[in-house]
Amino acid sequence: MGSLLLGLGSGVIGSFTFLRKQSLLGDALAHAALPGICIAFMLTGVKSIGLFMLGAIVSGMLATFGIHAITRYSRIKQDAALGIVLSVFFGIGVVMMTKIQHSGNGNQSGLDKYMFGQAASMMLSDVYLVGIVSLILIAVCTLLFKEFKLVSFDPGFARGMGIKVGLFEQLLLLMTVIAVVVGIQAVGVVLVAALLITPAVAARYWTYALGVMIVLAGVFGALSGVTGTLISGTLSNLPTGPVTVLAATSLFLVSVVFAPGRGLASKLLRRIRQRNEVRRGFETVVMDGERAVISNRAHAAERSGD
Amino acid sequence: MADFWIILTGTLVAATCGVLGCFLVLRKMAMVGDAISHSVLPGIAIAFLISNSRDSILMLAGAAVLGLITVFLIQSLQNGGLQSDASIGIVFTALFAIGVILISRNAAHIDLDLDCVLFGEIAYVQWDTLIINGYDMGPAAVWLLGGTLLLVLVVIGLFYKQFKLCAFDPALAAAVGIPVALFHYLLMGLVSLSTVASFESVGAILVVGMLIVPASTAYLLTDRLSVMLLYSVLIGAVSSAGGYYAAKWLDASIAGSMITVAGLLFVLAFVFSPLHGLVARYQKRRSLKAASA
Repeated sequence: MGSLLLGLGSGVIGSFTFLRKQSLLGDALAHAALPGICIAFMLTGVKSIGLFMLGAIVSGMLATFGIHAITRYSRIKQDAALGIVLSVFFGIGVVMMTKIQHSGNGNQSGLDKYMFGQAASMMLSDVYLVGIVSLILIAVCTLLFKEFKLVSFDPGFARGMGIKVGLFEQLLLLMTVIAVVVGIQAVGVVLVAALLITPAVAARYWTYALGVMIVLAGVFGALSGVTGTLISGTLSNLPTGPVTVLAATSLFLVSVVFAPGRGLASKLLRRIRQRNEVRRGFETVVMDGERAVISNRAHAAERSGD
Repeated sequence: MADFWIILTGTLVAATCGVLGCFLVLRKMAMVGDAISHSVLPGIAIAFLISNSRDSILMLAGAAVLGLITVFLIQSLQNGGLQSDASIGIVFTALFAIGVILISRNAAHIDLDLDCVLFGEIAYVQWDTLIINGYDMGPAAVWLLGGTLLLVLVVIGLFYKQFKLCAFDPALAAAVGIPVALFHYLLMGLVSLSTVASFESVGAILVVGMLIVPASTAYLLTDRLSVMLLYSVLIGAVSSAGGYYAAKWLDASIAGSMITVAGLLFVLAFVFSPLHGLVARYQKRRSLKAASA
């Protein structure tokens, strides 16, 4: 149930990040959350998901700020800035994690679970927390749907309409951070990006309308969350995260091949149909041409006969 | 002696990645490096399942193949009209997931530790030595990395002009008759090779830091490609030595500390670089204002 809501929420948020061409931001944020989690643990010494989320959100916001500063104030491009922030934050996180492990605190064993996620072994209270946060995310998205839509597609026009673009962009960013941090619980740091990207892209193949796309992305995300959890629960030795991601990827592949309009199958069909049309057209042209040639000859013969 | 071998290994990783990283940063493909470093995992796992040993050559081959497949998949998704970052994200997460599943399904009879793959254990480098005819030739990782570095240097050295042109102006390169696609795949093949060669020591995730961070730092410091390559290697070497001592001092992960030091160096360059730093920009703006007033 937790993974269903989680998939739903991250699919919805993912549609917006995908449209704003910030897909890999989720990846960077997930890596950047690690030092935040470690600091929260070092400061308090307890394992509580709420505190970890707070730490992760703070360091995630720091990371977005860092990416923004690097692209704004130097000639380094966005992709390299993402890579730098991602790897440096993660490096700091790894240093802190090993530091915690070496300090001999017996309570740390759960920290490395964050790498791959353990949706199957989540406690009931964690499930409630994840579920509630996902519900809030979805609710905010539905309430502010119009504003987010405008900001994602045409920020200039939105500013002209008197919408506070900066505010909504920050809000969207904050929600992405929250979705990522929650997603880490289920699929782990490395793979949480897939929860944001893959369902949204798969949904994009089926429709041109944002509303439909978001609903579809949510459904895809929820589907893959549920299948992932079920499969990894029934088979031993299977971590939840990768199975969830593979479920999402297979949905994506199905969309690529079979989606109407943009899918490979429909493209192929369209191409065949067009080729037939062109051939038919070509035949009529050829026939017209022959007729023209014949009539020309007839004219020429008449003329030479004169 | 342990210090020396560890720092040498780190420096070799940094040099290999630093050279390739410059081209990635210039071609705006830094995240492709990230993708490759994640997606070689199934290649490593498959090579491991086939050979049942940590046979480095087979692993290198498997990973290089997977790296090329990754680049090919990303390229074909892009040609299908998908944004480049989204296609990168889809491909590498899917491949990484396959790798994790392969490893954890067979974890019982494999001695391949996931943590080791992800974070690396550079501290154990000096115990895994290469012995030829009974002579101790030093750590095997050093030989592997040295060979990779040599290969990278030879290829880049031979085709330096072509790589340079492809990095700055692919359209012109194509017009002059350079097979751009071939060099693209050659570069990507080298990136995946060096990723695998270094994953044992610094881990798959931090390779990406070594690829991007020193190269970007160098990019802030100079405008010449040859100087940038040199700086990038130097910065990588400094951060691996500094990272090692920092890790010793903090009693923490060596690979993590190396990246942290590299990050610190980047921040320094970002603020104080004479060409593109924040301070230099501020001064330039002030002098312009003074001139106009």
